[in-house]
Amino acid sequence: MIGLNHYLVLSGLLFAIGLVGVLRRKNLLMLFFATEIILNAANVAFAAISHYYNDLSGQMFAFFIIAVAASEVAIGLGLLILLYKKHGTLNLDDLASMKG
Amino acid sequence: MEKFVYIALFAPLVSSLFAGLFAMSKPAKFVGVIASMLLASAFIASSLLAYHVATVGAVHVTLMDWISVANLSIPFGFIVDKISVTMMVVVTLVSTIVHIYSIGYMDHDKSFNRFFSYLSAFVFSMLVLVMSDNFAGLFIGWEGVGVCSWLLIGFWYHKPDLTREQNPSISPSWAANEAFIMNRIADLGMLVGIMILFWVTGSLQYDVVFAALPSIAASVNGSYILVAAAIALFIGAMGKSAQFPLHTWLTDAMEGPTPVSALIHAATMVTAGVFLVIRANPLYSMEAVEGVSFFIAALGTFVAFFAASMALVNRDLKRIIAFSTLSQLGYMFAAAGLGAYWIALFHLAAHAFFKALLFLGGGNVMHAMHDELDIFKMGGLRKKMKWTHIYMFVSSLSLAGIPLFAGFFSKDAIIETAFNEGTIVLWAILVLTAGMTAFYSFRQVFLTFWGDERYKEHGIHPHEMYKFVLIAMSPLAILAVIAGFFQTQFQAFVTSISTLPFGSLPNYEMSEHTHHLVWILTAVVLTVAISGIALAWFKYGKKLIRSEKTENSFIYKLLANQYYIPQLYEAIITKPYAELSQVMWQKVDMKVVDATVDFIARVVYKSGDKSRAMQTGNLSHYLNWMGLGAVLLMVATVIFSIIYNING
Repeated sequence: MIGLNHYLVLSGLLFAIGLVGVLRRKNLLMLFFATEIILNAANVAFAAISHYYNDLSGQMFAFFIIAVAASEVAIGLGLLILLYKKHGTLNLDDLASMKG
Repeated sequence: MEKFVYIALFAPLVSSLFAGLFAMSKPAKFVGVIASMLLASAFIASSLLAYHVATVGAVHVTLMDWISVANLSIPFGFIVDKISVTMMVVVTLVSTIVHIYSIGYMDHDKSFNRFFSYLSAFVFSMLVLVMSDNFAGLFIGWEGVGVCSWLLIGFWYHKPDLTREQNPSISPSWAANEAFIMNRIADLGMLVGIMILFWVTGSLQYDVVFAALPSIAASVNGSYILVAAAIALFIGAMGKSAQFPLHTWLTDAMEGPTPVSALIHAATMVTAGVFLVIRANPLYSMEAVEGVSFFIAALGTFVAFFAASMALVNRDLKRIIAFSTLSQLGYMFAAAGLGAYWIALFHLAAHAFFKALLFLGGGNVMHAMHDELDIFKMGGLRKKMKWTHIYMFVSSLSLAGIPLFAGFFSKDAIIETAFNEGTIVLWAILVLTAGMTAFYSFRQVFLTFWGDERYKEHGIHPHEMYKFVLIAMSPLAILAVIAGFFQTQFQAFVTSISTLPFGSLPNYEMSEHTHHLVWILTAVVLTVAISGIALAWFKYGKKLIRSEKTENSFIYKLLANQYYIPQLYEAIITKPYAELSQVMWQKVDMKVVDATVDFIARVVYKSGDKSRAMQTGNLSHYLNWMGLGAVLLMVATVIFSIIYNING
């Protein structure tokens, strides 16, 4: 039987994968993917806990996150394209222009 | 009459501000002339006020409310009664003459204008001091006098410090600081005295305070409070009037230009202490403070003798005169302490005339001798400086107390008072001091103006002072001769009932017994004084004969070094204090206070410097830091929630 704990473990694993991606990846596009994974980890947790408590507000929140993530990707990808056109790369090590 | 009060008070202030306008510009004669004219107008106003006080009555004006907080109300008020008007006339007269004199004396000095500014400010402060109708105003004037004396003693501040062997007062700025600091010590006492009086009477107005004295004396512990107030106020007077042990600044103050010395000694500074005791006579004549008053008289007598003894061997013209002032102040305190306030005030006035003349004469000699002050290098100057010699001779006769001269009447009255009070020891010391006074003042006159012309060996060509200066000095000479004849009128003036409470002095009359003996007493004093002069003539009249044996004797050395008191102060106060300051600076200030402040600054600076490395500009690094931060926050949350759960 698949219970709440299985979903939460999955959510935790997804979050960890996303976090490692955010910390370790150097390509901006990959960072975006990593943040999407983190957001979806949260979605899984919301949906599972919502079902567990028989309360729909958690699932509603998950839809909100999906909507926000979609608009974020739309703007973010546009910015990434502009950045790529300007610098010819999306590697963060090459984009470090604000060294203090 | 109010307008005369304001003219007398504010003319010197206007003069000071006017001269101050030109302080940075080239010396200009007109500055001195206008300052002198303003001072003269103050003198005329004071004289008219004196006439008004004598014929109509005292004047009391309130300019404005000065401090008014809760139940404390100090008006900016001035009182012109018999006591203050006497002081005003003396102060403004001497100051006017000193101003005129300074036009001649200071004419080669590049700070001529600045000098007049300070000089007038000095007079203004003194007038505030004597005219104020409350203790707060008196204190303001008191401090103003202190500041101006500092400015004027250190007028030639650019002169370098010398050792005590080369110059006993080291340098003008050193002497100025010494005078200021000594006065500061005493002013603390004075402030305490004023506060005690305010504490018990709730007012600082003279009339309110003095009227409350009898009821305080009658209350529980009231007499102790009065004694404390009297002692504290007298400490203030001791500083300003340079009484032992705060006397060393007075002779060192000779570093200032000579007109300043004349002003300090005759009019605007040292007399303030005597004035305070005279002004506070209702306090000092209380039965409860009898002991304090007797102490004042005893200390005054001691200082009279002590200062005269130092003057006996001194070689510095100005210092001899300074010691004589110290000695005469002792006489004044002796009279005031014995309750003869009007005699003290009379001697103060008479002394102001002949002492100012003596100093200004000394200034002429100094001018002629190109700032040489050693009387052993002078001699025979009377041929070159006829008028100066006459002035100095007259004022020395007055100082020595020779009949017909002003000093005879006033000083003799003090000595008589000492006899009348039955204090035979004081009387004997004062008589002996009179002889010493006669000796040292004529030693100085003979060594300067008579005998062999020793200045020739030193290649100096003396010349007489400008004529207008000599003419300006003449009123002082006349007063030094005739002031004594007005003794009875003066007594009637200051002791008769005033229209204002406490506006006059208590009368003091010699007893019947003393009256019978007065001729014998006078004869004794006179014999002593004349033998002093005769001894001076015998030793120094013809020519200076120096004897190695005398000069190397213990007593001569002791006196010449002022009983080693300056050295003693240096060894037991100045040196340890300087060393303590050094330790406090290096150990406490540098190692504790500064180190703490520096440490805080260094922590902030270093942490900023180190954390600067985080700013690589690489987004990936920033995200790592953010991740670390998130983890730390999470850990912290967990820890706090555990603690929270344990505490329940």
